[in-house]
Amino acid sequence: MRIKNFIKHALTGNEAAAYAMKQINPDVVAAYPITPATEIVQIFSKYVADGEVDTEFVPVESEHSAMSVCIGASAAGARVMTATASQGLALMHEMLYIASGLRLPIVMVVGNRALSAPINIHGDHSDTMGSRDSGWIQFYCENANEVYHTTIMAVKIAERANLPCMVCMDGFIITHGMEVVETLSDEDVREFLGKREPLYNLLDVKNPITVGPLDLFDFYFEHKRSQAEAMLKSKRVIAEVVRDYNTRFGTDFPDFVEEYETKDADFLIISMSSAAGTIKEAIDIKREEGIKVGLLRVKTFRPFPYEILREKIKGFKAIGIMDRAESFSTMGGPLSIEIKASLYPLEKRPSAIDFIFGLGGREFTLEDAFKVIEITKKLYEGEKLPEFMYIGLKGE
Amino acid sequence: MNFKSWRDLPEGGIIKNVPTSIYFKTGDWKSKQPKFIKEKCTNCLLCWLYCPDCVIEVKDGKIYEFHFDFCKGCGICSEVCPAGAIKMEDLR
Repeated sequence: MRIKNFIKHALTGNEAAAYAMKQINPDVVAAYPITPATEIVQIFSKYVADGEVDTEFVPVESEHSAMSVCIGASAAGARVMTATASQGLALMHEMLYIASGLRLPIVMVVGNRALSAPINIHGDHSDTMGSRDSGWIQFYCENANEVYHTTIMAVKIAERANLPCMVCMDGFIITHGMEVVETLSDEDVREFLGKREPLYNLLDVKNPITVGPLDLFDFYFEHKRSQAEAMLKSKRVIAEVVRDYNTRFGTDFPDFVEEYETKDADFLIISMSSAAGTIKEAIDIKREEGIKVGLLRVKTFRPFPYEILREKIKGFKAIGIMDRAESFSTMGGPLSIEIKASLYPLEKRPSAIDFIFGLGGREFTLEDAFKVIEITKKLYEGEKLPEFMYIGLKGE
Repeated sequence: MNFKSWRDLPEGGIIKNVPTSIYFKTGDWKSKQPKFIKEKCTNCLLCWLYCPDCVIEVKDGKIYEFHFDFCKGCGICSEVCPAGAIKMEDLR
């Protein structure tokens, strides 16, 4: 990666997100602390106190209120951001649908964390997978550097698509793990983002509007169809904004799906977030042993890039899908279910196995990644295997 | 509002041609209605102040008109009138 005028920092994911927010300088930030995302707004509130941003910072009494303030401010035309995790995101759940239904481009950084019970503060995807159908765009980042850049891109994507957007990173693994982050200059960020042009403005007294009226059987259906269209159109927005960003700053971030060693691969592993880094390392080692394995990393989960995945998986004999969440559907995790559905129209579909791993922050080691590769290789060789299994589980 | 297709709707479910409340007659189910006796009225404006539906319009400091489309017949105006200038009448 070659960023023009970049500055190198050693930052955790939370610090990277807070630094991006400082450079974005949003009009309003309303938030409530929750592990492991607390630091994001804690650091940001320091920027506010030190006068380094012009943001109206609203410390609220709950995440439900945080999202409510964000919705009000965004409807009034402000550029709005917040951050949360786990139970906080769950408490916001009701307001998430209102933000997306009102088409408000709020950007929220989420430090992925397991949901209770039993209570756990560590990383898995059960929180954001719970809000996957809330009409928010969702990006899952592999490392702190990607969190920083995705947070900036997300603001532009959200505002151009007029949809709210979550930037997700694995709790503790990324939120608290320190890495090298290459940042842009304040001017570059400001110039890249420009000003928000809202769909409507609640405070425009010369052109009064009603926001959030009752909408029963007469038009609710049409409004939802229109919202689905916005999500569909956001795919073009995501592609364009990421391309523009990469061209401007010399970066190479994926828009939807990242490919790693797929060109001559016999079979594929499909993953999201930080686990992809471990799998890449495992692939490098396994390739030296002559095992031709590749990785597809799904960066954008909403809108789901089903056409791209179908095209990239087409022709492969076997795939192993990694899910850091249990869906309790009894047929595997959410990523595997959606990937399998994406492949349904293909005449020749690959054999697929889902690996549920890392729940509640259970470490996903290099040995685990080897195991994933070995098992998927068996599937490639024609062995009959169950549809899904658990990796790193005691007793498995 | 005669939208023929979902494509015609303003995005975000907003309503642009406000105020729409004037099209929604909220008082069409009342069983009683106030009768205003102008000669007795002292223009103290208590009825105007108390009416929960802003039915009573005031012009130049005087009671001007009752907008019965929005009156629910609660009788508060009649109750608070110190001059006996508002009587409630049964509607059939």
